[in-house]
Amino acid sequence: MLRARGLRKEYGREASLVRAVDQVDLDVPAGETLAVMGPSGCGKSTLLHLLGGLDRPSAGEIWLAGERIDQMSERGMAALRRDAVGFVFQAFHLMDELTAVENIELPALLAGRSPRAARRRAAELLDQVGLADRARHLPSQLSGGQRQRVAIARALANSPLVVLADEPTGNLDSEATLDVLQLFESLHEAGQTLVIVTHDARIAATADRLISMRDGAFVDDTRLTGGTAGNLSALVGLDG
Amino acid sequence: MRSRLLIVSRLAARDLRYRRGETAMLVVAFVAATATLTLGLILHGVISRPYQQTRAATAGPDVEATAFPQRGGPPADRAALASLTPLVRARGVTAHTGPYPVAFAVLHAAGHADAVLAEGRDQAPAAVDQPALTQGSWVRPGGVVLERSFADALGVRAGDRVTLNGRSFLVSGIAVTAALPTSGIGFLGNSSQFPNPGLIWVTRAAAESLATRAHPLGYLLNLKLAKPSGAESFANAYTNGGSYNDNVGNPYLLPWQDISQQDGLLVRNEQRIMLVGSWLLALLALGSVVILVGGRMADQVRRVGLLKAVGGTPVLVAGVLLAEYVVVALVAAVIGLAAGRLAAPLLTSPGAGLLGTAGAPSLTLGAVAEVAGVALGVAAAATFAPAIRAARTSTVRALIDVARSPRRRGLLIALSAWLPVPALLGLRLAARRPRRLAANAISIAVTVSGLVALLFAQASLGAPQLGGTTSGSADPGQFEVGFADVTQRVDQVLLIVTVMLAVLAAVNAIFITQATVRDARHNSAVTRGVGASCQQVAAGLSAAQVLPALAGALAGIPGGIGLFAAANQGGYSGTPPVWWLIAVVLLTVAGVAALTAAPAWAGARRPIAEVLQAEAA
Repeated sequence: MLRARGLRKEYGREASLVRAVDQVDLDVPAGETLAVMGPSGCGKSTLLHLLGGLDRPSAGEIWLAGERIDQMSERGMAALRRDAVGFVFQAFHLMDELTAVENIELPALLAGRSPRAARRRAAELLDQVGLADRARHLPSQLSGGQRQRVAIARALANSPLVVLADEPTGNLDSEATLDVLQLFESLHEAGQTLVIVTHDARIAATADRLISMRDGAFVDDTRLTGGTAGNLSALVGLDG
Repeated sequence: MRSRLLIVSRLAARDLRYRRGETAMLVVAFVAATATLTLGLILHGVISRPYQQTRAATAGPDVEATAFPQRGGPPADRAALASLTPLVRARGVTAHTGPYPVAFAVLHAAGHADAVLAEGRDQAPAAVDQPALTQGSWVRPGGVVLERSFADALGVRAGDRVTLNGRSFLVSGIAVTAALPTSGIGFLGNSSQFPNPGLIWVTRAAAESLATRAHPLGYLLNLKLAKPSGAESFANAYTNGGSYNDNVGNPYLLPWQDISQQDGLLVRNEQRIMLVGSWLLALLALGSVVILVGGRMADQVRRVGLLKAVGGTPVLVAGVLLAEYVVVALVAAVIGLAAGRLAAPLLTSPGAGLLGTAGAPSLTLGAVAEVAGVALGVAAAATFAPAIRAARTSTVRALIDVARSPRRRGLLIALSAWLPVPALLGLRLAARRPRRLAANAISIAVTVSGLVALLFAQASLGAPQLGGTTSGSADPGQFEVGFADVTQRVDQVLLIVTVMLAVLAAVNAIFITQATVRDARHNSAVTRGVGASCQQVAAGLSAAQVLPALAGALAGIPGGIGLFAAANQGGYSGTPPVWWLIAVVLLTVAGVAALTAAPAWAGARRPIAEVLQAEAA
């Protein structure tokens, strides 16, 4: 589904050169939940941005569903982000002046769907994330966990091939973290490909596979047997 | 106290230097407003001087009495002449010349046929109203002297030949007079029978020979009074409700003050346009500063937080912001005063109808204070609210750089869902900041008002000026002489003001776009993150400016008509074709789109990840 070869991202020049991502090779099969862990500044968010077309690599190749995406035009990249990739950010990045349902329907409207179809899909997704009764609430009227669920619903608006989540529970308390993880679990069960960047080992433990990063490079790649089938409540510390 | 002043001045100077482009544009905005205001103030009070010079040089009358008979009567109506005679013996009259016969004729010259008022004069100089020659010599048999502004409009010089009612005459001279208003309106401006003729002088015999039954002789009598300042009351006492024409038995008296007023119309119109224009420009300059300060506040929130975190008081924070713009306003006021003072002589020429000049326009201390006061007032008014808001922002909130929450306009958001993506994004962006939207629309409306007023002036200029025919019609009532000098100069002044308005509106459009781009940085990045292309976001940012520009341009049409009506009290008429107005609206919208395209495109191309990470940090 998602493949990267020799991926590199550099900032600055000469003495001030920083390699945020350094010669990374990656394969994410369809339906897999991959967790990328590492300390702050190790390059995991940059990697996610490259994989999702939010940024362009300095070198290397990225393939999504058999199509090379790193050389796409700006317009092609926009179409990729709109149709094939769904992003979930730590800071939610919802639009303050739009209600929950309006935030969720935005990608569908950008994709050219009719307002009615976009609203129908947004309502379905709100229902799916358990916020049907919060459709007309502004982000400022929602809790952190609810905002993140709205953000996840927005990421799913155009049924993307892969959902990329950057520290999705970083700003949430344990209860909200559990809600989000349960949502990811249901997505995983539905066959959604997920790449989750986190520095929280408890979150990483819910994935099928865990990659550890340090200084822009992969230092470990482990297949987790438990995957998301584990006890989420216990993982996030809400169990007994 | 000294250390506080040092900090304020240092921070203000550094910030201005750091943002040179914005500072330069702000100076441009202030200079345009202050220069125009300076011009308007300088023009005040220079109107009457040229008329007084001409009056002195020509022994101008205190009162001009006219008696014009009805059409179709005898060519020489003795009753008309008799109606003027008693005035010679009226109380207060110390001297007189005339009555002189006046014929209404058709003059052909330089391919034009024009109505003229041919005053029959003696070859000997007159004690009252002896027109001053600027070329050639005074009237003689077979010769004609043309009033200078009329000759200029025709392009005729001494030595040329013209015909009067088909008879050839040599132009023996060109002269000016203070006895009749000549600068454009013509003293028969309100007459439907003889609209706005040119003035010429011939011998008495020639004038009498030019009269016809259709246009019989009229008479002019020049009176000197013992008390010239009482000319208006003298005229009122003896006019008895008469009018310019068809006033046999009831002569019409024109006091010198009325003539002076009509001759000053040119400069007065310029002054009126300049003053109206300068207030419009000041309004736009205020808009520029408000938009710039408001836009910059989004960037300065963190700076304000830092200042407060290291011990800066709210007064210090407000002081820094105020100091920046007050310095800019003062510098711009000095440049504007100098520019206005230098440009004033170009606009104070009295026109060809009068002698002399308006003199060196003077810049009084009061005018300097007024211009500086307006500039400082604009800067203070525009900066006050944001400065107070910044000063009152909580330090923690400022440090985490929390921008003001956008407004929500649910109806517009719902409506926008049905629009193409760029319009969808544009409408939503515009709806976020309704006050900025209004500022943008007002800025464009003010500019378009100026443009529309200019078009109306152009249309008036295009109305019949010189007879415009060579058909040789014998009826002078068919012709009208306008004085291109007046309309052209009013047009030029309107053009200057409109260009300045356009410059300021362009500055505002750029400021507003930059402010919108800054304010929409996060939204644009998120929108691109969920699939909008750079082009769509840039088009959306542009559309956010174009939509209010369209509203402003449409509002500018009635605004311009009102502005023209307010500035045009001289009575020029003319309506531009509708397609001109449509073109103004379309070109304005296209201009705004073009101006905003570059900053919108630059804003839309910022790397998404960089923006989102910065916002999340």
